[in-house]
Amino acid sequence: MSDANKEALEPITGIESPVYLDYNFTAGQATARFLTKVKEGKLVGQRCPSCRNVYIPPRGACAACGVATNEEVELPHKATVQSFTIVYIPIPGNPIKPPYVIANLVVDGANISFLHLLSECKNEDVRIGMRVEAKWKDPSEWGFAMENIQYFAPIDEPDVPAEEIGRLKDA
Amino acid sequence: MAELAAVVGIGQTKYQTKHKDVSIAGLVRDAAFKALQDAELTWDDIDAVIVGKAPDMFEGMVMPELYLTDALGCNGKPMLRVHTAGSVGGSTAIVAASYVQSGMFKRILTVTYEKQSESNAMWALSNAQPFSPHLNAGAGGFFAPIIREYMRRTQASPEAGIKVAVKDRLHGARNPLAHLQLPNITMKEVEESPMLWEPLRFLESCPSSDGACALVISNEELAKQSPKKPAWIRGTAMRSEPTMYAGREEVSPRAGIDCAKDVYAQAGVTNPRKDFDCAEVYVPFSWYEPMWLENLGFAEKGEGWKMTLEGATSLDDNGDIPWNCSGGVLSSNPIGASGMIRFAEAARQVRGDAGDHQVDGAKLALGHAYGGGAQFFAMWVVGSEKA
Amino acid sequence: MRDIAIVSFVQSDCVRDAGARNEVELIMPVVRKVLDNVGLESAQNVDFTCSGSCDYLQGAAFAFVLGVDALGAVPPIKESHVEMDAAWALYEAVLKIQSGQAESALLYGFGKSSPGELPIVLSQQLDPYYLAPLWLDTVSSAALQARAMLDSGEITEREMAEVVARSRKNAKSNPHAQLKGDVSADELLNEPTYLSPLRKHDCCPVSDGACAMVIATVEQAKKWGKPYAVLKGIDHRIESAHFGARDLTKSPSTEAAAKAAGVANGPIDIAEIYAPFSHQEIILKKALGLGDDTVINPSGGVLAGNLMMASGLSRIGEVAMRIINGECKRGVAHATSGHALQQNLVAVLEGA
Repeated sequence: MSDANKEALEPITGIESPVYLDYNFTAGQATARFLTKVKEGKLVGQRCPSCRNVYIPPRGACAACGVATNEEVELPHKATVQSFTIVYIPIPGNPIKPPYVIANLVVDGANISFLHLLSECKNEDVRIGMRVEAKWKDPSEWGFAMENIQYFAPIDEPDVPAEEIGRLKDA
Repeated sequence: MAELAAVVGIGQTKYQTKHKDVSIAGLVRDAAFKALQDAELTWDDIDAVIVGKAPDMFEGMVMPELYLTDALGCNGKPMLRVHTAGSVGGSTAIVAASYVQSGMFKRILTVTYEKQSESNAMWALSNAQPFSPHLNAGAGGFFAPIIREYMRRTQASPEAGIKVAVKDRLHGARNPLAHLQLPNITMKEVEESPMLWEPLRFLESCPSSDGACALVISNEELAKQSPKKPAWIRGTAMRSEPTMYAGREEVSPRAGIDCAKDVYAQAGVTNPRKDFDCAEVYVPFSWYEPMWLENLGFAEKGEGWKMTLEGATSLDDNGDIPWNCSGGVLSSNPIGASGMIRFAEAARQVRGDAGDHQVDGAKLALGHAYGGGAQFFAMWVVGSEKA
Repeated sequence: MRDIAIVSFVQSDCVRDAGARNEVELIMPVVRKVLDNVGLESAQNVDFTCSGSCDYLQGAAFAFVLGVDALGAVPPIKESHVEMDAAWALYEAVLKIQSGQAESALLYGFGKSSPGELPIVLSQQLDPYYLAPLWLDTVSSAALQARAMLDSGEITEREMAEVVARSRKNAKSNPHAQLKGDVSADELLNEPTYLSPLRKHDCCPVSDGACAMVIATVEQAKKWGKPYAVLKGIDHRIESAHFGARDLTKSPSTEAAAKAAGVANGPIDIAEIYAPFSHQEIILKKALGLGDDTVINPSGGVLAGNLMMASGLSRIGEVAMRIINGECKRGVAHATSGHALQQNLVAVLEGA
């Protein structure tokens, strides 16, 4: 067999075929209202007309009841750690250097958690029930994004028992 | 009333990081062809093809079943494509079974796959959306806090997660198709493996695999004529709940509890630990074994981790209810196929065809899959006898 | 097959851009209305729920997962999803009812195509090694098909223009239509070609929106005390993905599905055909075996508004509502998927 033929039999195991698609992302009406308030430094959730639970960020519906949420509720900037993980693995495109803490946080008056960064403490000191507060960036940097809050940091308040985090208080 | 349906053919590819030897079409055809061979059938014997896989973005193809029709001998036949997130392998098998149970089809082929090496699955899962902080640290980042909450509630020994990681890899070493082959793995090795999403370590997490799994399902009449022993489908169930809602129980989701109750009732199972001979359960992170042991009623609340540590779910410890004898998702994880592999491996057990990971005399087995934020569940019960 | 009752159907307006509304906000109004029509509170009141959608339309993986938020799925429900037009979600529900596993079902489809460039997005449906890298979009593949039709003498450009003129005229009575009005074939033929031989009006518009349907066994529908249309037959078939392996001037998969669904078992008063391009209506009319006494696309069809992933279910809903309203006795509905009519579904509906 000639060298040329040998080369012709080299197996092709893959081709590069990048897919580029452009999208104009839409956040949804409820999220758009929420982000407009975040740009003003406010955390505004929405209350379900049926079960009275407060959602933040709101997604336009109470997922449990399947009904639209419209009533807006401005919430304080303190929260409780519902659970957390310490991330050691670098994520493609993520500028934050591991290890860092991401926590499921329940803002006071809300009945659902969202993920955000936790900082200003040792990773090993983070615990379920810990009280934290939003640390906002300088208002000049605020945009339509949750990154307006740089991270949450611990505050000197007693821990909340795990069973009570995010539970609707009897009215 | 539903027609009886049975698995009469099972085909799986080898699971591995990259299947550079075949195209996507070649991968699914390999599994489909092996399922036909197992049932001693040809493409002409198939009335319809049901395809399932996880998000299209994993391979960068839109509705890939359209392209796969030629490879699956489906031209001129019905083709349906299921997508229910990570549970899709299980729900695809259930939809496929309903083709036969409806009485409208005699014998169908169903195939699920993932060829994650042709794209970037981590990217597709964490695909950043504008306006939301880029914190989605992959599936592990989502599930790790839930696992932490399980550990807090039950005061579980950290060893339980490590034990599952070792046990499933030792099971996987008995299965030549399993992706990870770690016959000498030790508790120490798992414990010393890098922390990824605390409390989850590298060796407590599933790999990313290429692979496909296929089943041939037929009605009672054809199943009786099948050359190999059929696995009779004794019950199927699916449940869904929203990803996030106020007061949601994330550690032991109600959708899983309800789905199990439904499928057990159909199959006449009252005590899962006693009535089943084995189970193939979707455990992508080690701690999900004790969590699902409780959710599925194999263990009392808070006791799942003890059952794991006692070796009850281990073939090597002669456990009374081995879980994931094939090595499970911790040993092979082609996401779209992972659920169907659970269903297929349950069927292999009751057909007595599971090779070195066979549970002696297995008569009744559970196949389980979950997906999304542990919100979509699909389960089936298969038996060596019709009822 | 056991008769199945189509009890309620609701469709949103077809709009070019639904603006800020996300998936849940698109789905919730139609799901609410379709349940209200039957007097049901939520998805809890049916035995099975199934939907159809495509992640790539809006460019977000797991887009359908958000849809569950619109259903009131607490406690958990029996639910499934096809990455296909919701007409196939209906098919999955039909199997569940046939097998006795459900007595009733809620179905919905939604598409938010405006965030992307739909024909380009759908180019990635093709063979990923040979064709997708060429970015052959859905308008181009339809143009190949139209060229084959014209050159074989099967159709003329005037016939294509007449299809469009009739669609626009019929759409005048359809409150959800995006394109409607009186326009003559002559006027249309004066328009420039867009992708030869197609003119812009030969192609369906891109629309955002959703639709929903409730079906049940006839016994259950009677218990609800609501009028219904009966689904007598339904079948779907697919063809090769290779253009070269197909005769693009014909639709054998539609022919086979029509035969299996029993289209020819009686006269057909109306047909709602999912033809995103004008020439395809002519191919499909022939494949369905329809004569000139059948009214084609009384709603205007998808040339008047195309809810990608919902249009197929909408065709079935359109026929069902006309039967329920007493406008006709027997009708056929058709859905399609893939490039150049690769996959087709046919349903036959009759009065109760």
